[in-house]
Amino acid sequence: MLSTLKGMLMTLRTSLRKPVTAQYPKEHLPLMERQVGFPALTWDADVSEPYCVGCMVCVRMCPTQCMSGTMIDNPHHAEGKSTRRKIIEEFEINLGRCILCGLCVEVCNFDAIEMSHEHEISHFARNGRRSDLPVLLEMGKKYQSETNWISPAVKKAAIAAEKAAAAPAAEAGETKEDVSAVADETEGEAK
Amino acid sequence: MVNMGPQHPSTHGVFRMVLWVDGERIVDAEPHIGYLHRGSEKLCEGELYPQIITLFDRMDYLANYNMEMAFCATVEKIMGITVPDRAEYIRVILCELNRICSHMLFYGTMGLDAGAMTPIMYGFRERERIQNLFEAVSGARMMHNYFRIGGLREDPPDDFAERVAGILPALAQGIEEGDKLLTYNEVFLARSRGVGVLSGQDALDYGLSGPSLRASGIPDDIRVTEPYSIYDRFDFDIPVGNNGDTWDRYAMRVEEMRQSLRIIEQALEQMPDDGPIKATGVRGIPRPPEGEVYVRVETPRGEMGVYLVSDGGDKPYRLKVRPPSFANLQALRPMLRGVYIADAVMILGSLDIVLGEVDR
Repeated sequence: MLSTLKGMLMTLRTSLRKPVTAQYPKEHLPLMERQVGFPALTWDADVSEPYCVGCMVCVRMCPTQCMSGTMIDNPHHAEGKSTRRKIIEEFEINLGRCILCGLCVEVCNFDAIEMSHEHEISHFARNGRRSDLPVLLEMGKKYQSETNWISPAVKKAAIAAEKAAAAPAAEAGETKEDVSAVADETEGEAK
Repeated sequence: MVNMGPQHPSTHGVFRMVLWVDGERIVDAEPHIGYLHRGSEKLCEGELYPQIITLFDRMDYLANYNMEMAFCATVEKIMGITVPDRAEYIRVILCELNRICSHMLFYGTMGLDAGAMTPIMYGFRERERIQNLFEAVSGARMMHNYFRIGGLREDPPDDFAERVAGILPALAQGIEEGDKLLTYNEVFLARSRGVGVLSGQDALDYGLSGPSLRASGIPDDIRVTEPYSIYDRFDFDIPVGNNGDTWDRYAMRVEEMRQSLRIIEQALEQMPDDGPIKATGVRGIPRPPEGEVYVRVETPRGEMGVYLVSDGGDKPYRLKVRPPSFANLQALRPMLRGVYIADAVMILGSLDIVLGEVDR
C-alpha cells in the first residue's frame, strides 16, 4: 500500500515537471560553443578576400577525399592591397561525404577553414551538398559573425604580447631555455 | 528453424541468428555476422596515422573515447612517446565517463530485453548528462576524434573539472536509482538468474573478456593486470560474479559504473590544473619506426587489442584489431543451447555486443 502511494507520488511529481524534450523542427536547442558543424571557409574582411591561399594541406589530409581546389596568383597582391601572393580560385567540399572529423581545420596554417555551426544540410538533389567557394564563404561569414571569431593576425599579436610579458619576468637561465624552445617551434613549423 | 534478425531491437547493429528449435527450446544456434563489415582494417593501411583515429571512432560507436585510446596508446608505444600528465588524466576521465555512458545504454536495453520500459528512460537521462559534457569538450556527441597521438586535440573547456565534478553526484544517484529499480526486481530475477550460464573455464576457453568474463568468476581486468595509461595510480575494485549467468553479467556492469565513478573522483583530485596536453616532438604526420607492437586496453566490452606493424612510413603496413565483442559473441552458441527462445534475446543482450566492432 505504502509503496503504491510512493509510486503514485513519483508519477505525480514527474507529471508536474516541465518537459525536457524540444520539439525539433520548431524549437532548437542552443548549440555548444565547440559544436562541430560542417567546414566553412573564413573571410578576411580587411582586404575582402578569403584567408585561404589554396595550399591544399586540408585536401591532402581529408580522410574521405571530399575536398578539391585550385590556386591562382592573387590579383590583390599585384595591386598591393593584400599580402597573400596566391589565393584560392575554386574550392569544393562535398559536404555529403564529410565526416566532420576536423582534421582539415587542425592542419590549416592560415585559420582559413573552420568547423562552422552549420549542421542541417538536407537537400533534395543527391549531389546538392557539393558546396563551392561562395557557399562555403557564406557559411564562414555566418560563423564568424555568430561567434567572436578571432583572426589569425590578432591571435598572433596576442601570443607575441604574452611572450613579451613573460620574457622579462623569467630568470636568465630560463630565458635561454625559452629561446631554444621557441627555436624548436619555428623549426617545426618550417618543416 | 527460426531466423532471428538481421534487424532486431536487442542488437546494437545488424546481426542474424539462425536457431534450431524443438518446441520452445533452442537446440542449436548459428550466428551470422558481417552485415556491418566496412573493411576498417584494410582501410587503415591506406590512411595516414591521424586519419585512422576517425576509423577507430566508428568501430565501437558506444565507446568512442576508449577506442581512440586504444589506437593512440598503440602508436605512442611504438614511437616511445610519453604523454603529458594532464592529457593522461583528461583521457582517463573521458574514458571512464564513456564507460558509464556505454553501460548505461546496456542497462537500458537490458531492461527492454526483459520487457521493462522504464530503465531505458533512466539510462538515457544519465547518458544525456555525460553526452552534454562530451559535446562541450569535443564538439560532437559520438565521433569525437579528440584524442591525438601524443595527447589531445585541444584543451578542454576551462570549466571542465568543475563540470565533471558537477555531474558526478547526479550520476551516482542515477546509478543507485537504476539499481534499485531493476537489479532485484522479482520478474527480472526470474528471467535472468541461472539463464545462459557460462562456467569460468568455458569463458576462458572462448576468449571472453571484460565484464562478461568477470561475471564467470575470473578477476581479469587489463586496467589492473596490465595497467596502461595511468590506471596504476587509482584505487578501484574489480567486481567478480559467482555464477556466470545473465544476472551476473548485468550486475557486473552496474557495479563497474560505481567503480568508474571512483576512478573519476580520484583523477579529478590528482589532475594537474595546468600543463601541456600534447607531447613535445610530435608534429605533423607521425612516422613510427619499423617494427611491430601489440597493445591491449580495457573498453566497456572487454579487451581491445591493436596489433600494428609499421614499415617506417606514414601509413601502417598492417593493422589488426582484436575486438572484444567478436570474441564474446563466440560464447553465444554454447550459452543458447537448451534455453527458451524468449531468453535468447536476454542472453544476447547480456553480452553487450556492438556490431560495429564485431564486423569492423
